[in-house]
Amino acid sequence: MSDSQDLSAFEPVIGLEVHIQLNTRSKAYSADPAGYGERPNSMVGPISLGHPGTLPVVNRAVVESAIRLGLACGCTLRERNEYARKNYFYADLPKGYQITQHTTPICTGGSIGLGAKHGGKRIALTRIHMEEDAGKSLHDLDPFHTLVDLNRAGVPLLEMVSEPEFTSGEEAYAYLTEVRRLVRYLDISDGNMEEGSLRCDVNISVRPKGQSAFGTKVEVKNLNSFRHVQKAIEYEFERQVTLIQSGGAVQQQTRTWDSVQGMTQVLRSKEEAHDYRYFPEPDLPPVYVGPGWIEQVRTQMPALPEARIERYTVDWGLSPYDASVLVEDKAMADYFEHLVALHNRPKACANVLNTQIRAYLNQNGVELSEYPVVPERLAALLECIESGSLSHSAAFQKILPLMESGQTAHPLSIAEAEGLLQDRDEDRLRPIVLEVLEAYPAKVEEYLGGKKGLLGLFMGEVMKRSGGKADPQLSSRLVQEALEAQRKS
Amino acid sequence: MKSSTFEKTAYSEIREQLINGTLRCEDRVALFLERIREHAALNAFLEVFETRALRKAQEVDQKIAAGTAGRLAGMVIGIKDNLCLEGEICSAGSKMLEGFRSLYTATAVQRLLDEDAIVIGRLNCDEFAMGSSNEHSAYGPVLNPLDPARVPGGSSGGSAAAVAAGLCDAALGSDTGGSIRQPAAFTGLVGIKPTYGRISRSGLIAYASSFDQIGCFTHTVEDASLLIEMMSGGDPLDATTSSVTPHRHAAVLEDDPRPKRIALLKPALDHPGLDPAAKAHFAEVVEALKAQGHHVEAVDFDHLDQLVPIYYLLTTSEASSNLARFDGVHYGYRATGTESLEELHKQSRTQGFGTEVKRRILLGTFVLSAGYYDAYYGKAQKARRMVRNWTDRVFADFDFLMCPTTPHEAFALNRESADPTVMYLEDIFTVLANIAGIPAISVPTGLGKNTLPLGTQIMAPAFFEEQLLLFSRQFHSQFRVHN
Repeated sequence: MSDSQDLSAFEPVIGLEVHIQLNTRSKAYSADPAGYGERPNSMVGPISLGHPGTLPVVNRAVVESAIRLGLACGCTLRERNEYARKNYFYADLPKGYQITQHTTPICTGGSIGLGAKHGGKRIALTRIHMEEDAGKSLHDLDPFHTLVDLNRAGVPLLEMVSEPEFTSGEEAYAYLTEVRRLVRYLDISDGNMEEGSLRCDVNISVRPKGQSAFGTKVEVKNLNSFRHVQKAIEYEFERQVTLIQSGGAVQQQTRTWDSVQGMTQVLRSKEEAHDYRYFPEPDLPPVYVGPGWIEQVRTQMPALPEARIERYTVDWGLSPYDASVLVEDKAMADYFEHLVALHNRPKACANVLNTQIRAYLNQNGVELSEYPVVPERLAALLECIESGSLSHSAAFQKILPLMESGQTAHPLSIAEAEGLLQDRDEDRLRPIVLEVLEAYPAKVEEYLGGKKGLLGLFMGEVMKRSGGKADPQLSSRLVQEALEAQRKS
Repeated sequence: MKSSTFEKTAYSEIREQLINGTLRCEDRVALFLERIREHAALNAFLEVFETRALRKAQEVDQKIAAGTAGRLAGMVIGIKDNLCLEGEICSAGSKMLEGFRSLYTATAVQRLLDEDAIVIGRLNCDEFAMGSSNEHSAYGPVLNPLDPARVPGGSSGGSAAAVAAGLCDAALGSDTGGSIRQPAAFTGLVGIKPTYGRISRSGLIAYASSFDQIGCFTHTVEDASLLIEMMSGGDPLDATTSSVTPHRHAAVLEDDPRPKRIALLKPALDHPGLDPAAKAHFAEVVEALKAQGHHVEAVDFDHLDQLVPIYYLLTTSEASSNLARFDGVHYGYRATGTESLEELHKQSRTQGFGTEVKRRILLGTFVLSAGYYDAYYGKAQKARRMVRNWTDRVFADFDFLMCPTTPHEAFALNRESADPTVMYLEDIFTVLANIAGIPAISVPTGLGKNTLPLGTQIMAPAFFEEQLLLFSRQFHSQFRVHN
């Protein structure tokens, strides 16, 4: 491959097509259940199987997901939505066609922001349309046969097509990150690329810098992680530029990403491209998305990251940094809001999430959804600190790890069993306080003479003599009361 | 063998006896089973559901005794082989679906079962409902019971033959371009295709989705009215069904003395293909209508000769896609000894489909392919809209639109022609209603030069089944007496 000197004379022109698998309970055009990871061919009925005489019926939840995404991206929503058939033969496509939208996508226009790291650049969207997934052909499970699993057949997808406005693999990576965050916030998809809930095809061409005409476009498929998308773009850019510089020409092709070898390979040439024979789906009348429906969806939209940051900082007094860290992940923001609803101390809640819980997730390499302590139990722990029953350190260093390891008793019971409950009994603490003051008469004199800093010494002694259980706030008050009593006497 | 040989009792005429217990469903089913065996040579039935029918008859007899029987109690019906009945074979007259058993029941059939109709068997038809003579069935042709040297019409030829021969009270068919009305005319029956969207297509094996509609064959308009009412109405399994309130059977039984405004499809009457005897018969029908005080007027229509091309461009396009699912992979016929998936698709479809079906799939595939879509499919869609606009204009001034159902009587079997479009022209008077999506009925009104039946077609505005059936009942009673 050439060195970077040569590459710098060219620029890539990149557009992305992202398929978003929706998390609706039933399929796009039938009441068959939709779900991931079930036993093969268990989520199918006559419609998913494409049996003779079956007909599609539009799942309104799919249209609502499209409206949500469209509203979030600032798209124009189409009122009259027609469906079309895309015809091709494949073993995992039981009807022999896919029901999609062709000339009337539900969303046009709109954009996705790449975030502060990319100077607030936004990528314009061409369209978002509704369609259905095919099943899966499994070529490697049986040495002699290809096996077909139709659980995914008919699962709803939104296809989001961007304008060719990316100029690097990094931008594509940032875009996908934002799309994933968005679909999770909108609660329309789990956004897991590994499970195929987000799939991305790249269209890329190159041209000499300063040239306005586009080069010949290559489509790259089979990209199953954000990192692969970025690498495939970088690889293709170099491949195409090198080809041109060596006197060759880029062929219009569909290529596939080979993640093992880290390179793209030809899947089919322009001549082998399918003729999908699109035509209007006669089994589905157009679906009308009127202003009333759009408003209804708008009012049910979950709050998006920007709105949440504003609430956390303005209403709840969090620092912009804490707020932005929390909203990075919708699950975290949801957990946080749930926690605040139970324990109305937003700062304390944010702190425990951004320090203790984040540390747990990092150490164990798990998602928040797998975090063993539910907000109700974490709120109970925070309540114990708030009320003084537990010290901050005992709560987070001793009790929380026990809760995380599966102890289900109330934090107070755990603390009691572990002997970590703070002593709040004045009758028991007062004699200890007096004992400490008696042991340090000289220091008492100095304190009364104005050396207030000595309070810490008395407190330390009280904690030591109470076996670390004395409630600090209560003890502090008792020590000060006792000292003031001595001044009077 | 002439029509007088056959039992032609309408269900409405014996219902009273069934309900008061003087006739038993079980006995009637046994009698029909006997007749079906006698007339096996007609090849009307592909399968008789003997056990199922007798069991249901016993159940209905008990319900009648208990006073809980439905509105179709004891009506014995046959269903075209493209309607699904759970657990039974449904082969669409094709080798492709030989032995294929349905996982569910068609909505229309279920609604009849819910009203205690008895399904006695499945009826032969042209393969995937493509044909006008019932000679394109993989299971052999159906003979016309009125003259076994002639065809019963198609594609619902088995349904027509079964009812005409008295092998059941009524039969269901499907009508994409005349597949109920033409065989009804050829066998002297009442055949109706309701408005598109009136009856759910769920469980009807699709030929052309925007044209297909389920309807029925009966001896009388009363029976047709009852069946259509029972099958009509919105269905959550078919997004193209309308929830417009179905007609009321009772209303169809009231007399309506008001004169009607009736348009005659002029180019049909002037058509060179129209047999002189059929033309003369239709002239008699018109005179009779005028004598009754109806306002009858011939209306011009410039595009009669374009109707069949419009119909074939659009129906074959939809068929090419609808029949893609028969690919040898998941169910149905599978070719053996193939080396690749593509070869499996090709061989299964080459061996599983008959010639006419393959011809239409190829035509539709071509029509939809890149570079030809606008010239053919796009243009045909526009022409379809123009035809709809024309019927709308006609119905702004008229209650009904009439013409002969077919250009002639039932034709001879094996009338082979190298040119398939000769057969396609059989549909010239019937495709209009499917293109426009309007209801149309064929009523037997007379006999042709070979003393075989001729039918008169009456079309009405969309969802005007009540008016259509009411008028047709009066119209039919006049000609029943007449003949």
